[in-house]
Amino acid sequence: MDQFLNILGSGLEEAFAPATAGLVIAVIGLNLHFGFTGLLNFGQAGFMLLGAYGFAISIIEGLPMLLAVLVGLGLAIVFALILGAPTLKLRGDYLAIVTISAAEILRYVGRLNQLEDFTGGSQGLFGKDYNKPFVDASFLGDGRFTLSPFNYRDIADGALWVRLLGLAVAIALIVLVVRVGRGIKTGNGPALAGRPRLTLVLGILASLVALFFTFPVTYDATGIDGWWARLVGWTLVAIALLVTWLLVRSPWGRVLKGVREDEDAMRSLGKNVFLLKMQALVLGGMLGALGGMVYVISSSVQADSLGRSVTFFAYTALLLGGAAAIFGPVLGTCIFFAGRLLIRELSAAYLPDSIMSDQQSQQFSFIVVGIALMLLVIFRPQGILGDKRELRFNV
Amino acid sequence: MGVFPLLALLGVVTVQGPAHAVASLCLAQADATGCVNGTVGNRAAPVEGAVVTLLDEAGTEIESQTTEADGKFSFTLDTAGSYLIKVDPASLPKDLEIRPPAAAFQGPDGAIKVEVVLGKSAVPALEVRSVDYSDAGTSFADKIAQSVVQGLRLGLLLALASIGLSLIYGTTGLSNFAHAEQVTLGGMLGYGLCNVAGLNMWLGIVLVTLICAATGFAQDLVIWQPLRRRGLGLTQLMIVTIGLSLALQYTFQYVVGNSQKKVVVETFDVVTIGPVTLTKLSYVAMGISLIVIGAVGYVLLRTRIGQATRAVSDNPALAAASGIDVDKIIRLVWTVAAGLAGLGGILYALVVSNGIRWDTGMQILLLLFAAVTLGGLGTAFGAFVGSLVIGLIVELAGPLGAPGDLKYAVALGILILLLLVRPQGLLGRATRVG
Repeated sequence: MDQFLNILGSGLEEAFAPATAGLVIAVIGLNLHFGFTGLLNFGQAGFMLLGAYGFAISIIEGLPMLLAVLVGLGLAIVFALILGAPTLKLRGDYLAIVTISAAEILRYVGRLNQLEDFTGGSQGLFGKDYNKPFVDASFLGDGRFTLSPFNYRDIADGALWVRLLGLAVAIALIVLVVRVGRGIKTGNGPALAGRPRLTLVLGILASLVALFFTFPVTYDATGIDGWWARLVGWTLVAIALLVTWLLVRSPWGRVLKGVREDEDAMRSLGKNVFLLKMQALVLGGMLGALGGMVYVISSSVQADSLGRSVTFFAYTALLLGGAAAIFGPVLGTCIFFAGRLLIRELSAAYLPDSIMSDQQSQQFSFIVVGIALMLLVIFRPQGILGDKRELRFNV
Repeated sequence: MGVFPLLALLGVVTVQGPAHAVASLCLAQADATGCVNGTVGNRAAPVEGAVVTLLDEAGTEIESQTTEADGKFSFTLDTAGSYLIKVDPASLPKDLEIRPPAAAFQGPDGAIKVEVVLGKSAVPALEVRSVDYSDAGTSFADKIAQSVVQGLRLGLLLALASIGLSLIYGTTGLSNFAHAEQVTLGGMLGYGLCNVAGLNMWLGIVLVTLICAATGFAQDLVIWQPLRRRGLGLTQLMIVTIGLSLALQYTFQYVVGNSQKKVVVETFDVVTIGPVTLTKLSYVAMGISLIVIGAVGYVLLRTRIGQATRAVSDNPALAAASGIDVDKIIRLVWTVAAGLAGLGGILYALVVSNGIRWDTGMQILLLLFAAVTLGGLGTAFGAFVGSLVIGLIVELAGPLGAPGDLKYAVALGILILLLLVRPQGLLGRATRVG
């Protein structure tokens, strides 16, 4: 049982890792493309790679960090304009083929031997070369910190039942949050008081408290893979969510959804569909680049680690959480990362090697991802939080 | 997903302690140990039996390892600093040498510099190249001639797969991302039948084609026809194929493992015609694909079935109204497409990539899409022409100055440029596509 709980705990850690936050931001961008505008962008990993390279190389070349972030975002804007110009007037699958090809071209160029002095070639750029300004910007100080400081170990000497109880409460709260969230979206959820939004926020906070009470985690306050990176990553996630929310409920966002549902109708209303799609592509691409920067801040920039499969994982996470739902990317990505780790660890821990070796359990987790993606699209295209009526579009 | 979760996995596994496949792999622990890990050769073609030596900065030997079949080496160090890594040239196969590293990494006496940091893994590149590798020696014209023939070979094999992809797109409107896995499946079955089970190669090729065709039939029966009946949109269907492609890739890896597998063990005689040198089997493979493609073309143009297929491509509703069983035609298209891809896969593994790996198909998927789009989405002959063009571009990019893997990037770049001026492709009819 202890081993089981430890594995659950490592799943939670994975769900809150800085790299996960990075991917969440990129998936929020993808949601803007795919969920709200109906653009089939299969090159989100390319946007991430551009952001990461722009950020890391600028810092290595001696630019201040803020400027480096702007360089990364600027590269994404240029990339989106180049990709969008020829394809946004064509049928949707052209954009898919062009974006996936362009992302691959970036990857091939990034790992060129000839560019080794610049991009580090196939070995990539090491974190220590560019994350110093980021670490220096921390105000959390030195030392280590456990979240939450008050946890299951403080009650009854950390008996098993305390942990199980905490786990049960956490799961109950998460289910509640999801149901309230769906209720707000579809307008017919459980009638919890008159203020579902307040319930939602309180529920999210309470479930986080319950989770960290059950699975306290300890990291360096500041180090590259510590609380500082997590704080910045998830703050950026919150900002990205807020921006998307404000955008989507604005008149601009409504026209965007109109483009998704029926381009011709929008055109006949005098809207510039091409321009709208381009704006969405640029905005989502910038979020992708920002996500790329967060993704690499505690590891390294390697072209091959931001290949096609990252884009496909982003789609799986988005569809799992629910496309065209504001919180879909967060929920989907966290469940995706934690779920894959749990499948891998549990099958490694509990299946004997004669049935499945540890290496095979890694591959098994990816097979499950692929099959989950198929089943999701077929049987539950709206994911956990989405609204089925919003996903009937076709490109 | 990068080093990050992998290290987490290894960390957990090591704590639990049972023996596992990567037990000897060095794990960097923060502030305690640093690692030098890597592969001699590359992941696709690792070198077995190479003696890798780790030296300190002064050139004193610290440790020496001999690589196994996976070409991997792994040193654990407890002091950060600069180290040198060296491969004994005598331990490499006679025709190979280590590719010299970039100037910044060159150490004395052919050694490669590595910077070791505690808590991190350093991964020096020890790629190999042919000893007779040289830019001089052959004239430019000869190199071009050799590349043109290689390009035609690649193009013809790509055409086997891309014609099916194009037919599926034409009849159902679906961009099938899992088509490349049918190519891999062909190679994998070839490895299983010819290498493991010891079947005759020619019999193996025929069997592989038939089995792959059967998988196409089964796929349409079990997955695609029911989904068409459900009325699932094309975007959604496309994402289903991506899921299928992921699942299949990792199933191959699950069953066969990570390494490159050869379809047949023996090597083939080399035939030189003028400036062009290829294996005898290459010419045979080119012949086979020409004949098969010719047969497909004949069926499409001259028979009632072919006529019906083209009718479904043009307008499924009208085809159904004129008495064509659209579902039957689509079933046939899936069967033929998968069979052709499987044939392409085993031939590709035999003559181009010298073996098959779980991601062989994935690497050529974008070339297939480029070929299909270049020729004009949904037109079978466009796919044929597009494949030849893509094959030629890929092989000619090298001699004309594109370095390394960039040859694939060049092909994709040309695709993007073409879409700017001629979105309907080379042979497509100019219709409104958006």
